[in-house]
Amino acid sequence: MSSILPPALILIFGAFALPIVGNRLRPVLLLGLPLLTLAQIWSYDTGTISHIGFLDYQLTPLKVDSLGRLFATIFAIMAAAGGLYAMNQKRIIELVAAFVYAGSAIGVALAGDLITVFVFWEVMAVASTLVIWSAGTDTAYRASMRYVLVHLFGGVVLMVGIVWQVSSTGSVVFSAMQADSPARWLILIGFLLNAGAPPLSAWLPDAYPEASYSGSVFLSAFTTKTAVYVLIRGFPGEEILIFVGLYMIFYGIIYALLENDMRRILAYSIINQVGFMITGIGIGTEMALNGAAAHAFTHIIYKALLLMSAGSVLYMTNKRKCTDLGGLFRTMPLTMVCGTIGALAISSFPLTSGFISKSMISQSAANEHLMLVWILLAAASAGVFLHAGIKFPWFVFFQKDSGMRPPEPPMNMRVAMVIMAAFCIGLGVLPGSLYAILPYPVDYVPYTVDHVLKMLQLLLFSGLAFFLLLPMMKRTLTITLDFDWFYRKLMPKVADKFISTFAPLDAAIRQAVVERIKGLFVAFGKLQQGDSILARSQQAGNMVMWVIVVLGAYLAFYLFD
Amino acid sequence: MSVEKKKIEELHWLVRPDTIRKLWLGGCAVLGALVLADLFVAPHPYFGIDGNFGFNAWFGFAACAAMVFGAKALSLLLKRADTYYDATEQGSETDNV
Repeated sequence: MSSILPPALILIFGAFALPIVGNRLRPVLLLGLPLLTLAQIWSYDTGTISHIGFLDYQLTPLKVDSLGRLFATIFAIMAAAGGLYAMNQKRIIELVAAFVYAGSAIGVALAGDLITVFVFWEVMAVASTLVIWSAGTDTAYRASMRYVLVHLFGGVVLMVGIVWQVSSTGSVVFSAMQADSPARWLILIGFLLNAGAPPLSAWLPDAYPEASYSGSVFLSAFTTKTAVYVLIRGFPGEEILIFVGLYMIFYGIIYALLENDMRRILAYSIINQVGFMITGIGIGTEMALNGAAAHAFTHIIYKALLLMSAGSVLYMTNKRKCTDLGGLFRTMPLTMVCGTIGALAISSFPLTSGFISKSMISQSAANEHLMLVWILLAAASAGVFLHAGIKFPWFVFFQKDSGMRPPEPPMNMRVAMVIMAAFCIGLGVLPGSLYAILPYPVDYVPYTVDHVLKMLQLLLFSGLAFFLLLPMMKRTLTITLDFDWFYRKLMPKVADKFISTFAPLDAAIRQAVVERIKGLFVAFGKLQQGDSILARSQQAGNMVMWVIVVLGAYLAFYLFD
Repeated sequence: MSVEKKKIEELHWLVRPDTIRKLWLGGCAVLGALVLADLFVAPHPYFGIDGNFGFNAWFGFAACAAMVFGAKALSLLLKRADTYYDATEQGSETDNV
């Protein structure tokens, strides 16, 4: 066996070579580092574990099991595909940040203790902020600052939870637990914040679409799916997650339906899709957890593909609003086809990856006789086709002729899209390849005539609803208010009001104090004028007499003490 | 050749009215066939209601319609111009809360 080196470190430290090497060698590293990391992940057998001492605790920076390896694998694949797609990116700092970000996500996936999880968790927060910030625009900078504040808040909640948990149990081991103590509730809340759970979900659609054309591809993959991973490991079967997940599913659909910005549509649909996974974790059976893990795996691929397609449109047209786009299928057919494959996969269309993963979650709800959950998941599946499956390709590539005739994006971007599209179809056609690496043995057959027919009915009639109700979905130059209104609008407004109310009082108090001090100076000055006490001349003899008095007093104290 | 006919021929074949009509017809035929296929495939309902004829078809349609109407209703309350936050965040006062 090779030396015990956490694979995360290859990406994290390797990232800092990217600005140093020249333009010729950089593409080699952009592909080589993630692939080397992937090879390292698979060089360890499940059960591999390494420990190091830290203060009084034994940390486990590397613990390989099938769940951790599954997530580490998809994170490494994603880093490679993202690296290929981003080879034209001139802002090298984005690439460095993205690779540190990906490496930290792998670090979390292979961590065996809560302290290691927390360290990589915080590195992810900083690195992802840099990915957004490196877009270089004013709006991206402001969005990145809001993003980092939310995540640092989440980090503090998580840290308090972990410290509390470790001090009360004496163990740093990261294993399945229940939200049955304040410490564990805090850990759960810290994890959920990164998943995009309510009420702070707005950080995601606020920040991700402000990143560069390539930055948002990286962002879509790691933070929320790392949260899914830690929830699968830490809180399987936690019932409240079913309700949190269902809320996220419908929140994502409704907000995406109202959205005009193509990348914000996709950002809302990340929350929607993570909602399916969180619901699966809440159901908590082996099939549901397999479904959540498999769906995270397939989601990373098709969501990256969708954002690559949107990123290509942005890269070639510099437009991001549906109201400005349309008709691009004429000159960007490959981007359109790849984007449509991603859209079909997110909709769980038969023969795509989403079909073989999401249906495991619905099936587990049915197996557990959770009728309401099952019905809502079925409605949500229809809604996914509505808000992402048709809406994204329709408004970007079809709807009207925007008059733009942009060419396809550069070769590396096209190849990255084709590879991800091939993964979407490949996993959909050959589900066994994914099922074989899931955390639990799989006893599920997705392709039955009954299942395929039901899914096609559900999806195609959703499509009919979309086209019949299209006039109601006409895009406008609008946004929909979300929870971020509280910290973007209300709090600044309250602060302004506070300042405008108390500023006069503050000024009056300051003025009064200053006047008082001035008065003291004037009074003191008067003592030094004319015949005042401080202005009079004194004889030297007086001074000598007072020195003698002081020395005499000192002697007296010394003698009688 | 009339001007209108020439204009139509200049359009990409996929967006010509004739193609769109054929797509609608083909789409409706596929939808009809999918519902009729229920007659030939033995259902495996989990809860009873999902075993009804064409359940997924009408349920998918109704769920989507409900979501579109729901979103529209929500937008009446929460929709704002996409420049809504610009003024506040560029440091100047705004009164469009």
